[in-house]
Amino acid sequence: MSAAEFTTGRAYIAGAFEHPTRLATEQSIAQLHAEVARGALLDAGLGIGDVDAYYTADAPGLGPMAIVEHLGIKPRIVDSTDVGGSSYLLHVNHAAQAIAAGKCNVALITLAGRPRAEGKMTVASKFAGPDVGFESPYRSQVVSMYALAAARHMYEYGTTSQQLAWIKVAASTHAQHNERALLRNVVTVEEVVNSPMVADPLHRLDCCVITDGGGALVVVNAEIAKSLSRPRVKVRGAGEAVKHIYGGYPEMTSSAAAASGMAAFAEAGVTPADIKCACVYDSFTISVLIALEDLGFCPKGRGGQFVSDGNLISGVGKLPFNTDGGGLCNNHPSNRGGMTKIIEAVRQVRGEAHPHVQVPNCDLALAHGTGGWISSRHASATLILERA
Amino acid sequence: MTEQFQSDVPAPNVDLDNRVFWDAASRRELKFGRCCQCHKSYFYPRHFCPLCLSADVEWVSASGRGEIYSYTVMRRAERPFALAYVRLEEGPSMMTNIVECDFDRLSIGQAVEVVFVQSKSEALVPMFRPTER
Repeated sequence: MSAAEFTTGRAYIAGAFEHPTRLATEQSIAQLHAEVARGALLDAGLGIGDVDAYYTADAPGLGPMAIVEHLGIKPRIVDSTDVGGSSYLLHVNHAAQAIAAGKCNVALITLAGRPRAEGKMTVASKFAGPDVGFESPYRSQVVSMYALAAARHMYEYGTTSQQLAWIKVAASTHAQHNERALLRNVVTVEEVVNSPMVADPLHRLDCCVITDGGGALVVVNAEIAKSLSRPRVKVRGAGEAVKHIYGGYPEMTSSAAAASGMAAFAEAGVTPADIKCACVYDSFTISVLIALEDLGFCPKGRGGQFVSDGNLISGVGKLPFNTDGGGLCNNHPSNRGGMTKIIEAVRQVRGEAHPHVQVPNCDLALAHGTGGWISSRHASATLILERA
Repeated sequence: MTEQFQSDVPAPNVDLDNRVFWDAASRRELKFGRCCQCHKSYFYPRHFCPLCLSADVEWVSASGRGEIYSYTVMRRAERPFALAYVRLEEGPSMMTNIVECDFDRLSIGQAVEVVFVQSKSEALVPMFRPTER
């Protein structure tokens, strides 16, 4: 049996919930985990007693254990794979495989955090890997590590700041309809390129928001999915990959999305042309541009043209993207934007996105995440979701 | 009374993985790694080859010449600085800073040479400056 035959069609996303807050001064991280878990289970029509697998990343405590206890779960499978913001897409991939193997039936995945309330700028690395000692005196930060990729992409392909700005313009055009979005004003290309430079060539408006809150998913087997009353969202394909610089040979204009996307599309047996809506990790505008090329929506190097002139705007362009406003405008909870990409893709496939951004007949959607540093070490995962 | 110049450069955290590198830097030597089995050069230097996992590896002194692979200027720092990857003449690229330069006249592909910069402690840190100044 091939990998595709083994997994595809055996796992469904039955519950999806995005925490309404963007600033959580009164809730602890553990409480936020409980609130998003409850929200996703209610959405699915299931209870905590139904859950037999639990996935998270960066939860308080040792791996997943403290939150497993906090929520009262009795898991047969746990996984706290942490590769940064894309972790939750890997969790869906892992849950789908565990469900297909019969190791569990109802997987709960939660994300929660409160960097704004805690006054944190970005994810601080807790892990002193063997690489850190060679890099710490150079004061790299997340934004500068993405700026390096943007600079290289401009050098190799002539991509411009104006083209990158269109990505933010599209996200903001969608966010205006999202009453929970942190930033709801529609911006122009001029406003983006005139915003203060943070790390050349990335301006402030090329960067995502910092928000509190989180989200959760419930992934179930086919039998349970069919017994529930909500529209069914099948995990048709999933892939993940890690990319680094292979002993000092960086290749900054492409990412692990090329590999994770190829695996997901192969498993799903569809092509980029079949995708009606794409929810693509938007930590920075360059993250989106590189991913769209790698995933095959346009040729490598042509991302600038592809995203320009509203091509990512629902109802206007060919590939509606991040129709909730994305991390660029709506929500990037705990500096990990992967969960909200999946949640909006699920909404689209269910037909439950905001009417102004809902893609007609959205039978196939893609969610993609990049966690880590796109210019050096990072992990990507891609999911293809189908209305079933 | 002369004002003490306080370096912005964090002192390196020396550990078992990197002490050979930082010890060499204190002697103004820039070390990279080379594998005696597969003959590839790599950075960061380590005890096993990251390409074939051989333990038969060397820590080699670089010429110090290279070119900018990519760079970005951190504008919002109190004193702006340039983060970069420099491709060493010997092949591999390393994370570093570009110093002794006009930030607005940097370019990808620009020829650079290593300099050893004082960090907040006594430790020297290899950085790069444009060869043509």
